[in-house]
Amino acid sequence: ISVDAVKPSDTFPRRHNSATPDEQTHMAKFCGFDHIDSLIDATVPKSIRLDSMKFSKFDAGLTESQMIQHMVDLASKNKVFKSFIGMGYYNTHVPTVILRNIMENPAWYTQYTPYQAEISQGRLESLLNFQTVITDLTGLPMSNASLLDEGTAAAEAMAMCNNILKGKKKTFVIASNCHPQTIDVCKTRADGFDLKVVTSDLKDIDYSSGDVCGVLVQYPGTEGEVLDYAEFVKNAHANGVKVVMATDLLALTVLKPPGEFGADIVVGSAQRFGVPMGYGGPHAAFLATSQEYKRMMPGRIIGISVDSSGKQALRMAMQTREQHIRRDKATSNICTAQALLANMAAMYAVYHGPAGLKSIAQRVHGLAGIFSLGLNKLGVAEVQELPFFDTVKIKCSDAHAIADAASKSEINLRVVDSTTITASFDETTTLDDVDKLFKVFASGKPVPFTAESLAPEVQNSIPSSLTRESPYLTHPIFNMYHTEHELLRYIHKLQSKDLSLCHSMIPLGSCTMKLNATTEMMPVTWPSFTDIHPFAPVEQAQGYQEMFENLGDLLCTITGFDSFSLQPNAGAAGEYAGLMVIRAYHMSRGDHHRNVCIIPVSAHGTNPASAAMCGMKIITVGTDAKGNINIEEVRKAAEANKDNLAALMVTYPSTHGVYEEGIDEICNIIHENGGQVYMDGANMNAQVGLTSPGFIGADVCHLNLHKTFCIPHGGGGPGMGPIGVKNHLAPFLPSHPVIPTGGIPQPEKTAPLGAISAAPWGSALILPISYTYIAMMGSGGLTDASKIAILNANYMAKRLEKHYPVLFRGVNGTVAHEFIIDLRGFKNTAGIEPEDVAKRLMDYGFHGPTMSWPVPGTLMIEPTESESKAELDRFCDALISIREEIAQIEKGNADVQNNVLKGAPHPPSLLMADTWKKPYSREYAAFPAPWLRSSKFWPTTGRVDNVYGDRKLVCTLLPEEEQVAAAVSA
Amino acid sequence: SSVLEGLKYANSHEWVKHEGSVATIGITDHAQDHLGEVVFVELPEANSSVSKEKSFGAVESVKATSEILSPISGEVIEVNTKLTESPGLINSSPYEDGWMIKVKPSSPAELEALMGPKEYTKFCEEEDAAH
Repeated sequence: ISVDAVKPSDTFPRRHNSATPDEQTHMAKFCGFDHIDSLIDATVPKSIRLDSMKFSKFDAGLTESQMIQHMVDLASKNKVFKSFIGMGYYNTHVPTVILRNIMENPAWYTQYTPYQAEISQGRLESLLNFQTVITDLTGLPMSNASLLDEGTAAAEAMAMCNNILKGKKKTFVIASNCHPQTIDVCKTRADGFDLKVVTSDLKDIDYSSGDVCGVLVQYPGTEGEVLDYAEFVKNAHANGVKVVMATDLLALTVLKPPGEFGADIVVGSAQRFGVPMGYGGPHAAFLATSQEYKRMMPGRIIGISVDSSGKQALRMAMQTREQHIRRDKATSNICTAQALLANMAAMYAVYHGPAGLKSIAQRVHGLAGIFSLGLNKLGVAEVQELPFFDTVKIKCSDAHAIADAASKSEINLRVVDSTTITASFDETTTLDDVDKLFKVFASGKPVPFTAESLAPEVQNSIPSSLTRESPYLTHPIFNMYHTEHELLRYIHKLQSKDLSLCHSMIPLGSCTMKLNATTEMMPVTWPSFTDIHPFAPVEQAQGYQEMFENLGDLLCTITGFDSFSLQPNAGAAGEYAGLMVIRAYHMSRGDHHRNVCIIPVSAHGTNPASAAMCGMKIITVGTDAKGNINIEEVRKAAEANKDNLAALMVTYPSTHGVYEEGIDEICNIIHENGGQVYMDGANMNAQVGLTSPGFIGADVCHLNLHKTFCIPHGGGGPGMGPIGVKNHLAPFLPSHPVIPTGGIPQPEKTAPLGAISAAPWGSALILPISYTYIAMMGSGGLTDASKIAILNANYMAKRLEKHYPVLFRGVNGTVAHEFIIDLRGFKNTAGIEPEDVAKRLMDYGFHGPTMSWPVPGTLMIEPTESESKAELDRFCDALISIREEIAQIEKGNADVQNNVLKGAPHPPSLLMADTWKKPYSREYAAFPAPWLRSSKFWPTTGRVDNVYGDRKLVCTLLPEEEQVAAAVSA
Repeated sequence: SSVLEGLKYANSHEWVKHEGSVATIGITDHAQDHLGEVVFVELPEANSSVSKEKSFGAVESVKATSEILSPISGEVIEVNTKLTESPGLINSSPYEDGWMIKVKPSSPAELEALMGPKEYTKFCEEEDAAH
């Protein structure tokens, strides 16, 4: 027996990187190279090529079982105390049917954003349920499909107020009863908009300056008080000031909704609707507003439209706002959502229904009431007399002493100041927990009662004027799935409508839809990771902290940077954070005037949007005929603005899928003229182990952990966008007002720019995914992944080039990890547009590639390293077959208007109808390729009409009778 | 796509019709054709001012959101409120019912610098050929 034969058999890289060594050589030869390495040498410019990458830990890669053991060790270092901290994060019972069938189910977590509506009706329905939950509970008619967190949702609302008043009033007032992290995130964001944030006690709020665009209040307040805002809202409106209310969904099941006070915008987090705290996230935040401001609402919005047969169908509304974000005119850069978490929250509401939610709320309120009464009886502390929902505020002589005593009973309380404590109750609190709290507060004295014995004496603390009267969640969907069987089947019914990575490759250019391995996903639902409050003392989260340290180190090695912030919750949030770091750096040097940002025209739309949010002036530079950044134009722009140059934003390899030769020169030009280089990490999957942003010359870069580092797309979020920086920028990395944090590894000096997200380490719960991916792949596996991603793209480009023009290539004729095929010619020859090809691909069982970006009229394909040669071939076969269908139109054998592409997709309802009037056969429409005979994914609607839905925006569930009406009128 | 006689055109594809002291502004047939079906129009308020080559609003279609630049400077005296309910007028009648704003020009000389119908037709042809 050889030593090799007895080595562990559960190594990971060969499970992630699909191509075997033999296949790699075969594919490289097909592309005209004798080996994968010679293809890579011809593709990645020598001047930026790394010799090798070596990790200080996990360099050889852990096996899957070793990885699980390591995560078990880390989990054991986290101590789960009972949290009464509140502040926007509450423990919740994740219904196990939702935990297993959504959160742990790849058919829900590997889906892409629902751009292709016809194969996304399931999660679109669930997201519409979410929007309906939000509009019903807040009492405002329009909601988006979720935002990143409560803090950033409040900041988005602040920007809306500024826009509503057209930038004419530059003060935003925040009441001091808001969560501290919300206040801090708004303050950071206000900077770039040149807004002044004034925090003020509610009773001292003053609009007399005439310069106030909006005011933010919390309901219930961060310390628990439930106030009647009716007069407050009237007064604000009388002064021309818009009112933003941060609120709590569970409280709104029993409290008068903000819409009935006249609030203009309502924000909050849906976390306590069955989404774990997860040491900070991910969670779905929400933003609701009136009809009047619906077109100013940031984020994704799901709307109702009709399909080609006039049936009701759902799709993302106003998509162009997102895809073609208004560059320098943008006031928000948000381009994702928290779909998976919004779906979980919506399902929680579906499962419990209005009565179930209300009884949870009443139970929570009851326990808080018992606690309040008990403390009064004990006479050891003074309980705040204002009405409360779930949070009791206590004045005592030594808050820290009580918190320390609580800690000994594994209880976390919120210490507001040296004499003030709050305790927030939640769905998981028990009578037993309340008894434990009594013991803590009695500090050794006997407690002459039990929580249970007090219950009959407790009065509802909510005054009748603030009691909710209006009904909510009256739609049948919230009233029919209350048993586990019913919900299980509803979840599976929706899931079966949606194409995910469980079915086939999703080759979206710039999105890196790679494998989300099971071992990577497993720790995400372990209680030692899920049940920790983000503001729990750091000593209780040592497992998390060790992982952050290790991950920071690994990411620094991968990127060539010196320090990382894990706070930003999405790629665009990372862009914004990175630019704010650059801004803070210039300011620290007295260069307040450096505000010019150069951005190539080919950049992601979020780039200029992020720069605009930092108050930067954008100068656009063009590309040459080969799609490369025009270096001379960059030089001219940099030199002309050398006194005011702040930054360049650049994506590498380029958004055109090419390793540009001059990237190091571009970085030099920017540095020579006093600017910093921001690299957009969207295409990092083509760099890992081959080159790095730091090595190329960038100063800061964000990583889309949900692309390159395996966090699943979740059907449209969560994402994660940590930023890495060089030493000179490290002091400015974001911190947090409750739990101070900063760069990892920690820099010597710190001068943080403020908070970017509500939680100190962003969506900490999903970091184990990226961490385990890197640790299991090791440096060699990761480098191979980059090489195979490039090989796969080149193999596909080679197979397709005889059928479609491949738009851009590098100097040696190769492409990077993605490539663009040009469909523009077909508009004239066959009347065919990219949408027709994407919709026809659905009939072949595939999700279309990225459409019309970065070049209109094209498709961008990114296969990733995790797709096998067999799958690549199947996708190429489908595209080649579609090319033949286009040829039939070109030759006049098929009608220009009425053909199998224009008619796509073909759902069963169309194919099985008694009448069939199309000029092609039903069988060919449904089974154009042999593999479809044995197994086929069926689109559930005909082509969805975008115009109809965008002109008539409906963003909540319609009563059933109106659904029919909509179909008839269409 | 059609180009009308008697109108002036900007290279950002807006048209101006100057009658007495009033100039009516909209987007051209060529522009609406490239945008596709318009679903929403954002317009300025009456009595606000617009400046030459500066954005005064935006058009959202299912393909793109585009800024509309004013071909001339002046004061907005009327806004086509029908577009709020029926944005499709821009597609069906770009030069008539789909007009956007009426402006009192502050420097009528700016009109002279705009293109005439022939020049604009050529401009569109060249621009299409370049893509």
